[in-house]
Amino acid sequence: MKKVIMGNHALSWGAQLGRAQVIAAYPITPQTQVVELLSEMCASGALDAKFIKVESEHSAMAACIGASLAGARTFTATSAQGLTLMHELLHWASGGRNPVVMGNINRAMAPGWSIWTDQNDSLSQRDTGWIQFYCSSNQEVLDTVIQAFRVSEALLIPSMVILDAFALSHTYEVVDIPDQDKVDSYLPPFNPPLRLTPSDPHAFGGLTSPEHYFELRYKLQKDMEKVPALIEETGREYERMFGRYLGQVEDYRCEDADIILISSGTAGYTARVAVDELRQEGIKAGNLRIKVFRPFPFEKVRQILARAKKVAVVDRNISYGHHGIFFQEVKSALYGYDHNLPIFGFITGLGGRDVTPATFREIAHHALAEDKAAEDIIWVGVKR
Amino acid sequence: MKSEAPLKEKKEKKMKLSLPAEELMHSGNLACQGCGAGLAMRYVLKALGQKTALCIPACCWSVIDGPFPYSTLDVPIFHCAFETAAASAAGLKAGLEMVGDTETTVVAWAGDGGTFDIGIQALSGAAERNDDILYICYDNEAYMNTGIQRSSATPYGAWTTTTPVKHFKNRPKKDIDAIMAAHRIPYQATASIGYPEDLYKKAKKAKDVKGTRFLHIYAPCPTGWKARPEDTVKFARMVVQNCIFPLYEVEFGEKYTLNIKPREKKPVDEYLRLQGRFHHLKEDHIKIMQEEVDRAWERLLRRAEAQ
Amino acid sequence: MKQKKKGEKIIFETEKDVPLMPMSVGSMLFNKTGAWRNIRPEINLAECIQCGICWKFCPDVAIAIENEFPVIDYDYCKGCGICAEECPTKCIAMVEERK
Repeated sequence: MKKVIMGNHALSWGAQLGRAQVIAAYPITPQTQVVELLSEMCASGALDAKFIKVESEHSAMAACIGASLAGARTFTATSAQGLTLMHELLHWASGGRNPVVMGNINRAMAPGWSIWTDQNDSLSQRDTGWIQFYCSSNQEVLDTVIQAFRVSEALLIPSMVILDAFALSHTYEVVDIPDQDKVDSYLPPFNPPLRLTPSDPHAFGGLTSPEHYFELRYKLQKDMEKVPALIEETGREYERMFGRYLGQVEDYRCEDADIILISSGTAGYTARVAVDELRQEGIKAGNLRIKVFRPFPFEKVRQILARAKKVAVVDRNISYGHHGIFFQEVKSALYGYDHNLPIFGFITGLGGRDVTPATFREIAHHALAEDKAAEDIIWVGVKR
Repeated sequence: MKSEAPLKEKKEKKMKLSLPAEELMHSGNLACQGCGAGLAMRYVLKALGQKTALCIPACCWSVIDGPFPYSTLDVPIFHCAFETAAASAAGLKAGLEMVGDTETTVVAWAGDGGTFDIGIQALSGAAERNDDILYICYDNEAYMNTGIQRSSATPYGAWTTTTPVKHFKNRPKKDIDAIMAAHRIPYQATASIGYPEDLYKKAKKAKDVKGTRFLHIYAPCPTGWKARPEDTVKFARMVVQNCIFPLYEVEFGEKYTLNIKPREKKPVDEYLRLQGRFHHLKEDHIKIMQEEVDRAWERLLRRAEAQ
Repeated sequence: MKQKKKGEKIIFETEKDVPLMPMSVGSMLFNKTGAWRNIRPEINLAECIQCGICWKFCPDVAIAIENEFPVIDYDYCKGCGICAEECPTKCIAMVEERK
């Protein structure tokens, strides 16, 4: 069934089709529509779930972890200040192996207050042990939520499905909403091997000495390393059933490209427009859109950049005291593989500053004009 | 290694226990000698039974239960983040219900720090929503697990490491019971490990109520109070007899029931003198404390009588 | 009397033995807290009136009832002295622990 829905509602639909059983959420602009529609879905009975209207995002994640421990499928959504308020508990969900699925609307961190998009909120959580999906269309959002439940529950690692504030959260697009029956055959009920129940009592998360902690975290990383293969496998299954393939990256015209742009989120789609325009100009451009950031898609990135002549990473984020985050990670992925590939790091669009095809064309031209990057951060669009 | 079995000559008297014999808590735990919190858990579990799930935030009981991969209790425990006892319990309850378990009593078991201070937001949130959880605060009047720092449950006059003698706590103990009454939850009560049968009865009563229930249990800490471990139960009795910690129940924030009205209200200084944390107090301070206890007691009597 | 629960020390040889989640798999009963004691309670059963108070107030569940009388489990008794303090006939003496 095709519907014209906003990005936020695509998250709600994903949770409904995924048959989330416990939702605990707190409102924050620009996420509010996610929980509003979920409230209606629960009230009407379209979604058989308990919706706990918690009093903060920290409590939202705490409640989701508790519910997940009991063996229920859990969902929540938040943004920026809410996500960062949950930070302690993001570590908790991954370390506790609770496969919570969360929608996060990328919104710039305060101060000053901003409701517009950039990626620092989610990227600053990159070490917490969550799978991170970056979406560029509402269709992708809905499809990713369903697949996130599947992958997270198979490996007991939580995931976040991320979309840009307003540029996607409030943008209406045509979305093909799959049939519930088909989703049910793709996504079986959550059935964890270990759960909290009095009939088999255990203490979860007790005091863990240096004698044991290391092995527990080793196991988490080992399971994270299985995520890429599982995303591919379940992604192909989804493609067979629903006609759409997600995968970890999108390769747009990279095969013969002289300059490959690396981007994510809605800027990732904007980049494709720029690629087409550059090609019109006679420049062999390509766009590598990163859709799964954690675990980082090392294989795919190395594969696609193997024949690249120049790379321009476009970050809508920054790690202060260092450089753009995708830039750092792409460089580290290529270390030992291709020392000669010039990689340029661009930072643009912070706090929701508009990113247009012209931005990308400027970036491509800049990279093409130099043999290698003169600076580690090339700022685009800052009034200087 | 056990003590000698009794002589056969002794009269064949059957022992009648005032509480059920079955234990869901066991020996080998890491509680200090004479721990009031240990007794509190023992009594509550007797009342609630095995179909219980505990959410324990950071507090003494995070350690008492024993380290990974061991546990002292025969009920499941979710060791949760410090501020989250009530929220974790609410989520756990919702999750259990959604997977078909509507019988398990979900308990948030927190210390005073995790209830009065850092956990109060989650507690207030759960109480306002009337989430179906039994929240139990065992109150030893300071952050004991981290080494005796003051909390808002620390009474006026007490020494702690962050309220040293020259700067002893000069703010009254936060009235968490009044705060909970303001939320109009269906059932709340104060209890003391010095009155185990009363505590047992209240836990049993709370178990069968739906919605948010709150038990505030007085659990003396010999380590933190600089007192003899053998005096723990005595303190828990004295504190009711001198009305510092009256035993009462409140329903829907309105109906107050006083459970114990001491025939002879004892003066507070007998109780204070037995604890090292109060040794520095002068007559003036004790006078202030006595007056405050008297005022609070009168207030409670009026509320209970107004039924 | 119910069968007494047992506890054993647990050793994980490799990460494969460690549970996936940080979850308990054994009982604390392996931990003989009797070693903490400096003084031990000794019940004079001749004076004992079988009131059950010592059993009731033991924070370590180290007093059991056997044949209608209290029996102290010295494997676990921490020597806190509550039983002696609360005993109404004062028939429990706290004595120096034997070396």
